[in-house]
Amino acid sequence: MAKNEKKPIGALIDLTKCIGCRGCQIACKSWNNRAVKKTVMTGNFTNPIDLNSETYTMIKYVEKEQDALMEWDFIKVQCMHCKNPACVSACPVGAFQKSPEGPVMYEPEKCIGCRYCMMACPFQIPKYEWEKVSPVVQKCTFCAERISEGLIPACVKTCPPKAIIFGTYEEILAEAEKRIKENPKKYVNHIYGKEEAGGTSWLYLSSVPFETLGFKMNIPKRPLPDLTWASLSKIPVTVGSLALILSAIAYIRNRGENNKEEK
Amino acid sequence: MAAYKERKNVSFFSRGTMILLILLGIAAFAALYRFTYGLGAATDMSDKVPWGLWVAFDVLAGVALAAGGFGITAAVYIFNMKKYKPIARPAILTAFIGYLIVIIGLVIDIGQPTRFWHPLVMWQHKSIMFEVVWCISLYTTVLAIEFTPPVLERLRWTGLLKIIKFFTYPIVIAGIILSFLHQSSLGAFFLIMPSKLNALWYSPIMPQMFYISAIAVGLSMVSIESIVSAWAFKREYEPGIIKGLGKGVAITLLVYLVVKIADLIVRGKFSMVFDGSTASRFYLIEIFMGVIIPMILLSTQKIRESIGGTFISAMLVVGGVLMNRFNTNFFSQVGNGVSYFPTWREFAITIGLVSLGIILYRLAVIFLPVFEEAEAEH
Ligand code: SF4
Ligand code: SF4
Ligand code: SF4
Repeated sequence: MAKNEKKPIGALIDLTKCIGCRGCQIACKSWNNRAVKKTVMTGNFTNPIDLNSETYTMIKYVEKEQDALMEWDFIKVQCMHCKNPACVSACPVGAFQKSPEGPVMYEPEKCIGCRYCMMACPFQIPKYEWEKVSPVVQKCTFCAERISEGLIPACVKTCPPKAIIFGTYEEILAEAEKRIKENPKKYVNHIYGKEEAGGTSWLYLSSVPFETLGFKMNIPKRPLPDLTWASLSKIPVTVGSLALILSAIAYIRNRGENNKEEK
Repeated sequence: MAAYKERKNVSFFSRGTMILLILLGIAAFAALYRFTYGLGAATDMSDKVPWGLWVAFDVLAGVALAAGGFGITAAVYIFNMKKYKPIARPAILTAFIGYLIVIIGLVIDIGQPTRFWHPLVMWQHKSIMFEVVWCISLYTTVLAIEFTPPVLERLRWTGLLKIIKFFTYPIVIAGIILSFLHQSSLGAFFLIMPSKLNALWYSPIMPQMFYISAIAVGLSMVSIESIVSAWAFKREYEPGIIKGLGKGVAITLLVYLVVKIADLIVRGKFSMVFDGSTASRFYLIEIFMGVIIPMILLSTQKIRESIGGTFISAMLVVGGVLMNRFNTNFFSQVGNGVSYFPTWREFAITIGLVSLGIILYRLAVIFLPVFEEAEAEH
């Protein structure tokens, strides 16, 4: 690992290998000291029904019928650690930061709780501690602490069939491409996360189209922060030109009248 | 300078004020609950709907309703339309109170109220929220300065008054620029949600749309306020002013409608308007009730000249812009089985903030020369 420390990291989830054991979900909880939350029965194996402030990663069970038998697809969800994250650009106080190594980090002491990061994230990842009086945002950390110690993320480490692999971004992208190339019949020709939202550090491979698994397919391929920057970057010019125009109009329209009014 | 006499013909307490004070009391109770038990207990917001009624009404809509302040100061000071001078002070007062209430609303809404000042110190200039917080802080300061003349007249601090009056133009211009940035930035909030916000509302020109609609609703609020305060404080109507405002609103609405339709066509989403979905129904109500009908009403001379007609049209515009801000906020979150309905505490706090606004306005008008400037000049 040591020689790779400078290069950005990534992780690849091969959904075809996932057996839905939820080992990652538990490993993540125990490494990150996440409490349990009361859940409800929904008639589906997915539990809890979505990520929450105590659940950074989880398996979603998508049911389908195949040859009159019930079949499942398993999908691990967690923060995608976007290369150019919407949450980072949205946060007014810089509580979210993209570290050069790849993880998108959050500093709770800065957060004012405006929840714009939650609105901005295209994958609906940041979750809030609604039940607390002094809440903060919670989400997957990419196990940044473990990685700085030379370890691999807890979820990756625990996965029995090695459905998640971890490495430098370059390595895991190359691996994803290789798997599709070697097995074009098995995989759909789409690496989810390679282009979505301008690219993410976590990538997915699947044997069924991603849209049938509930992946969001309408996310633009360009980095989302560009969209708001288009408006923000115009501010200096706007302020300058408005100041000039307004002063000019005020001068022309009020010419020669000020003296009269002073009396 | 107008020699100031306190308004003797109206007293602060009336049946209306008592009701407002009761509403304010209920809101205070709800706010206490929110600060004691947290956002989750007090509201229906959740991870699926992180922005609820308070952001939609207290922040997005509240700021738009306060847009009359810059509209009227621009007309009076920049374009030198003297006719509107009598309503300059009331309009600035409304904007000032509006912004104070937006600030209170924001502090109640954010999860860490004691850190509300963080964005002023911890800069992250790529965030729209950062821009919004700065605009609110700076523009509220400008409005406070713009509103000092009546206070200083009351206190008879002529020296300071002269200094402030000397800087009228720079202050007014700063105010107009800040409002422009602020109104647009509220639309810019949603630019980062192209995959979330319903395509009927998502547009790269949302900032401009928010700005134009803010002018229409700001001017409408000034009409409503002139009509209501004429009635409440037993003053004469200013028919010329109300007619002029109506015309301004009609023109703004026309521009807005053209921009809205052209935008839908350019983005190729026009057919979505009539696809019968829930969103399309909300969209149609928003555009018909809030834009097309008041535009037609205000283009009719007879209606523009009648107080009732102007009042109803202005109310429609207010309703339309409220709906637009609500739709923009909620159609980026609900749908797909996600629902949200505010709790009574959320309603109570919102209603309480509006009541607080009316109470402050009434206090200011009774104890400060807000309308008198005009009367003295006549
Ligand atoms: S997935 Fe969402 S929370 Fe994670 S980095 Fe991307 S924008 Fe931020
Ligand atoms: S809720 Fe906190 S982390 Fe999220 S955008 Fe607001 S201040 Fe930043
Ligand atoms: S990287 Fe760490 S925090 Fe993120 S899902 Fe895996 S175990 Fe959880």
